[in-house]
Amino acid sequence: MATQTMTAGAAGEAHAAHAEQTFWQRYVFSTDHKTIAMQYLFTGMAMAVLGGFFSYVFRMQMAYPGAEVPFWGIVTPAAYNTLITNHGAIMIFWVAMPVLIAAFGNYLIPLMLGCDDMVFPRLNRLSYQIFLLSVLVLFSSFFVKGGGFGGAWTVYPPLSSKAEYNLTPGGSTIFLIAVALEFVAFLMGGINFITTAMNSRAPGMKMYDIPMVVWTIVLASILFMGSVGPLVAGAVMLIFDQTIGTAFFDPNRGGDPILWQHLFWFFGHPEVYVVLLPALGIVAEIITVFSRKKLFAYRTAIYVAIATCVLSFTVWAHHQFIAGIDPRMANIFTVTTLLISVPVAQMMLVYIATLYGGSITFTTPMLWALGFIATFLLGGVTGIFLGTAGSDIYFHDTYFVLAHFHYTFYPIAIIGSFAGFTFWFPKMFGRMLNETLGKIHFWVTITAFSGTFLPLFVTGILGDNRRIPDHRIYPELDTPMLNGLREFATISMVIMLLVQFVFVFNVVWSLRRGKKAGKNPWKANTLEWTADSPPPHGNWKDLPRVYRGPYEYSVPGRSEDYWPQDVPN
Amino acid sequence: MGATTTLHALPRPPQSGGAQLVPSAVMAMLIFVVTEIMLFAGFVSAFTIMRRSALVWPPPGQPRLPVMETAANTALLLASGVTLVIAHRAFRRHAPDARTPLLATLLLGSAFVVLQGREWVQLLAAGLTMTSSTLGSFFYLVVGLHALHAVVALGLVASAWSRLRRGFLARSFFGVTEVFWYFVVGIWPLLYWRLYL
Ligand code: HEM
Ligand SMILES: [Cu+2]
Repeated sequence: MATQTMTAGAAGEAHAAHAEQTFWQRYVFSTDHKTIAMQYLFTGMAMAVLGGFFSYVFRMQMAYPGAEVPFWGIVTPAAYNTLITNHGAIMIFWVAMPVLIAAFGNYLIPLMLGCDDMVFPRLNRLSYQIFLLSVLVLFSSFFVKGGGFGGAWTVYPPLSSKAEYNLTPGGSTIFLIAVALEFVAFLMGGINFITTAMNSRAPGMKMYDIPMVVWTIVLASILFMGSVGPLVAGAVMLIFDQTIGTAFFDPNRGGDPILWQHLFWFFGHPEVYVVLLPALGIVAEIITVFSRKKLFAYRTAIYVAIATCVLSFTVWAHHQFIAGIDPRMANIFTVTTLLISVPVAQMMLVYIATLYGGSITFTTPMLWALGFIATFLLGGVTGIFLGTAGSDIYFHDTYFVLAHFHYTFYPIAIIGSFAGFTFWFPKMFGRMLNETLGKIHFWVTITAFSGTFLPLFVTGILGDNRRIPDHRIYPELDTPMLNGLREFATISMVIMLLVQFVFVFNVVWSLRRGKKAGKNPWKANTLEWTADSPPPHGNWKDLPRVYRGPYEYSVPGRSEDYWPQDVPN
Repeated sequence: MGATTTLHALPRPPQSGGAQLVPSAVMAMLIFVVTEIMLFAGFVSAFTIMRRSALVWPPPGQPRLPVMETAANTALLLASGVTLVIAHRAFRRHAPDARTPLLATLLLGSAFVVLQGREWVQLLAAGLTMTSSTLGSFFYLVVGLHALHAVVALGLVASAWSRLRRGFLARSFFGVTEVFWYFVVGIWPLLYWRLYL
């Protein structure tokens, strides 16, 4: 292996030798950051299909309770619990994290910093392998006695700790092990990202010449590593409660169930910014390129991102306002929660100011980026109602909360990923995607998304509770108004799922027939666009040198409206 | 990891606009240690909350933790930190001189682990077990996790020592070892203070 690492750094004739790599070396056991990125990307997409299918099944149950769901059958309450639990966990831990952080991070960080690979290529490969193992462990939980874990993705004890309550004695422990393994994978990835950004930048690249998306992915990794410890501690305690009969979270024997909520949300809230930050970075790259303008207040944007990271450690108890926490504490957490909306709003303003007066082209990636800003704004604004303890007493555990976090997570994990994927597709595969199909896909997806979750804000305001398998047993939740909204939401989400076939077709078709992309189809400044498309093993023959920041668009006095980072003058 | 970086860096001049602030392997270990600190912070704050909210503390009918003996163990562990500092200085001056202080670190650290193990045996015999009370659960969990770290770190120290004896201890490997051992030493007084006192 040592030889392989060495050749990874060597240029010229060493590359010829790589042509003879076997299929296994090239695609399965590769240490190349681009291959690992693709592994993460496609695993994440496969998991998104699974998570999407789960949500299809339980949304059908919401709209047509008791009916037989095509491709599934009758949804039993136990199945419903398992489906919603694993839908949430999959979308966050096995889709948003691997795609936004691991896939884009692995692909972009070395290319944007102008180096040939991560600092620790073998650690990087191990990271993916452990991630894959976590996926397999999660799958195995569906097949043990009692089935997959059904105690909600937040894993609150005593429901999660006592087999008498959750009825999934095996599934609940295996679930925790899968999540823990996934964390180990991301720990390794994060160590690589941060070290690479510190130590492997191209000559001439100073701190403030680093593109936003690299900043945000690195900050997200730091945030992840700073917050994950307490959750791992909690998970270990919970596993002991489940398996050897300790009583960390059992109030009858001196334990404290609320303690879990603190440990979980101490991680859980920073986690939402862990996935938000990379999406913000992706959007920043796209809107500067397609409005041909410098990113407004680049340095401020970085400080704002850092401030968000710091503040995100101080807000977690807003998830516990009605868990019986001290009301004085609730006041404090209300204030910090409202405070954190300030940097988030500031980031949005940075983007809007960047767009202002630019010469905008509405390519597909640009549409996704603008769609992100529009939808995420609504998600952030509804967070304010929840962050205020007084109103949250009413909203907590209703569909309003559900709609809120889908209006944040969906823009991040789905819209952000599509934005990044359509933007860097030419670089990744050397061909352009079809614009018409891309636009159809965009407009239908975003409309159907709104059709899915806007009604759920309303049902939430009308008092509809989350996590109820069959509403018919509560007459006050079985009104024509609520049922109509539920049905509308479900039909919208089925349309949203179906239109993804357009995307799949577009990708498959463009991979063969798409227009050749060339090195720099979007006329962008950052270093990845100076490599071949797709970049070879080792990325460049001669590594680039950097002369300026990443956003020098429309500089007066230049004949071209862009100024790549590696061009001396 | 150390070997990878050096090999990897060979064919090309160092990047990042010139210099590496901290060698990559040491950097990686530092980041890992930050995560570890947060892990222990999670356990310790959980324990503190539990203890503060208990009606009676310590749990009735449970043995008390041996404060004095463990204080002596703590002194051993701290001494091992000091010998590692001495090793660090010696390594800078003239690498082979670091052998003796490294060996001292290894022995002092091992003595700490063995004596803690003996303490466990005594406590188990006195009726403090993982499931007998929350005190027992936390005690074995946190102290056991620390012992696990100590054993891994001792492995690193032993490996550094034997590399030095054979004459090829890389600076980055020594750096990684140091960071991890200082972490094991540094976190312990905190654990001692929260758990035992
Ligand atoms: C400025 C912004 C935000 C504020 C003020 C905010 C506030 C809140 C509050 C107070 C809750 C708890 C509601 C309850 O359970 O009663 C909540 C739930 C949630 N938020 Fe946000 N949020 C914000 C942004 C985000 C972002 C960016 C994400 C995701 C990336 C997110 C994801 C979630 C999730 C997943 C939940 C529900 C967790 C659950 O109970 O299953 N939020 N939000
Ligand atoms: Cu939160």
